[in-house]
Amino acid sequence: MKWIMAIIKPFKLEEVREALAASGVEGLTVSEVKGYGRQRGQTEIYRGAEYAVNFLPKVKIEFAVRDEIVEPAVEAIRQAAGTGRIGDGKIFVLEVAKAVRIRTGELDAQAI
Amino acid sequence: MLRTLIKGAAPLLLLVASASGTFAQEVELAPPGAGSVSAETAFILNTFLFLFAGILVMWMAAGFSMLEAGLVRSKNTSAICLKNIALYSVAGLMYFLVGYNLMYVDVSGWIGSLTLFYSASPAELALQAGDEGALATVLEAGYTTLSDWFFQMVFVATAASIVSGTIAERVRLKPFLIFVVLLTGLIYPIQGAWTWGGGWLAEMGFSDYAGSTIVHSTGGWAALTGAIIIGARRGKYAPDGKVNPIPGANLPLATLGTLILWMGWFGFNGASALAMDSAAALVEISQVFANTNLAAAAGVVTAMVLTALLYGKVDLSMTLNGALAGLVSITAGPDIGSPLLAVLIGAVGGLIVVASVPLLDRLKIDDVVGAVPVHLFAGIWGTLAVALFGEGDLLVQLTGILAIGLFVGVTSSVLWFLLKATIGVRVSEEAEELGLDRTELGLEAYPEFGQGARVF
Repeated sequence: MKWIMAIIKPFKLEEVREALAASGVEGLTVSEVKGYGRQRGQTEIYRGAEYAVNFLPKVKIEFAVRDEIVEPAVEAIRQAAGTGRIGDGKIFVLEVAKAVRIRTGELDAQAI
Repeated sequence: MLRTLIKGAAPLLLLVASASGTFAQEVELAPPGAGSVSAETAFILNTFLFLFAGILVMWMAAGFSMLEAGLVRSKNTSAICLKNIALYSVAGLMYFLVGYNLMYVDVSGWIGSLTLFYSASPAELALQAGDEGALATVLEAGYTTLSDWFFQMVFVATAASIVSGTIAERVRLKPFLIFVVLLTGLIYPIQGAWTWGGGWLAEMGFSDYAGSTIVHSTGGWAALTGAIIIGARRGKYAPDGKVNPIPGANLPLATLGTLILWMGWFGFNGASALAMDSAAALVEISQVFANTNLAAAAGVVTAMVLTALLYGKVDLSMTLNGALAGLVSITAGPDIGSPLLAVLIGAVGGLIVVASVPLLDRLKIDDVVGAVPVHLFAGIWGTLAVALFGEGDLLVQLTGILAIGLFVGVTSSVLWFLLKATIGVRVSEEAEELGLDRTELGLEAYPEFGQGARVF
């Protein structure tokens, strides 16, 4: 089992969600985060004084998948979340040691 | 850009020049009470004007509260709301206790009478008790005593509320309210006695229709001295002179507050005609309403254009300031005969705001809401405008501006210094960091919305 974590641009969330559903991913956790990579922040002006906004709003999606679905899921995210401009985000794939479904007690592959 | 500006200005200047000619057509106003209504009807209408307009001006307390709540950070929002409703109430009580008498009763050039408690006159109470013979005495005043008190009280409350915005986010409640007690019970009434109370400035011919100097500059001086003596918010100014903006948490509230103030101003300026008992009086009030609106609108547009030119984008908070600066600017002379001049006067108010907000920052004077440019600087401009465009005398206007400026500036400074040296005015560094809501009040304005202003 793998845990896939992706940082994407907020306005891409709906598209990514639909693409993931099409590739067999049945659940997601979403959080609003801020961050930067090589895309720097931007400058804003308030009452005549400039200030740099270093952290940009992003959305983090994460979910567990069986190994067979990792490649299709990663590809789905890449296609749906990409705009070709800097700041599109990153995808990380991590190992999952164990998974448990709380309601039934099912383990690992049955829990996802 | 600049060339277009100058080309556009030329026809405007021509218009203004021709408009000044319309001054000769200014309506001759009959003195109050000289219309064809009976004395009692005149009494009723005048009193109604004060009562109704007083409600509009009272509503400006909501305007100030919302404006300030919108321009501070969420962690300080409850505190500023509390300060606003508290100062309004303290002002009302102080003006009842000693303020009105100091300002209006038996004014001998420099000061009124130091007596306690204001109330309805003996003749009015007798009339109420059923003594018909008291009616004549009551009518002589032109309006009820308490309607006048009510109308004047909301003005002093307005002056006091100017202070809370400037020094927001770093001042403790108790010293602030002590300051308000003395501002509304002593400082404001004394300079008010010099002017509206019939004192020495009034005798000189000082002209301030609804209080550009008497209300707005007074509040402005108290605010400015406070900002200087108390110091800036932590982190606002870096040692190398860089200005760190501290954006307000709720611009919709700030906008709402501004529009509420705009609406209240129709009562503020409108009823300063002080009579509603003849056709001529209503003509004056109508002019005042129109001029008031025009000045605000001109302030807005000017601020929008200037911030767009200077910063590439229109700044909403300074646009809001522009509306108020326009209103303050016309407040000394909203009865001006030419509406076009009202537009010009308001426009200059907008210009003053956009020019002086960064100036204060360069002087490291931290004015959270821009109240000093709006009320003090535009207030001075408005008072001078009466001499430049109206029937005021330039030297007399200057005398009033300087005398009141000196008096309020010095007394306020002394007061701030005394408070600073005794009980202290500022919250602790840690409290300022955590926010006044949690440290002063123990409750949060937006408890469900998380942390508010964070580091990133």
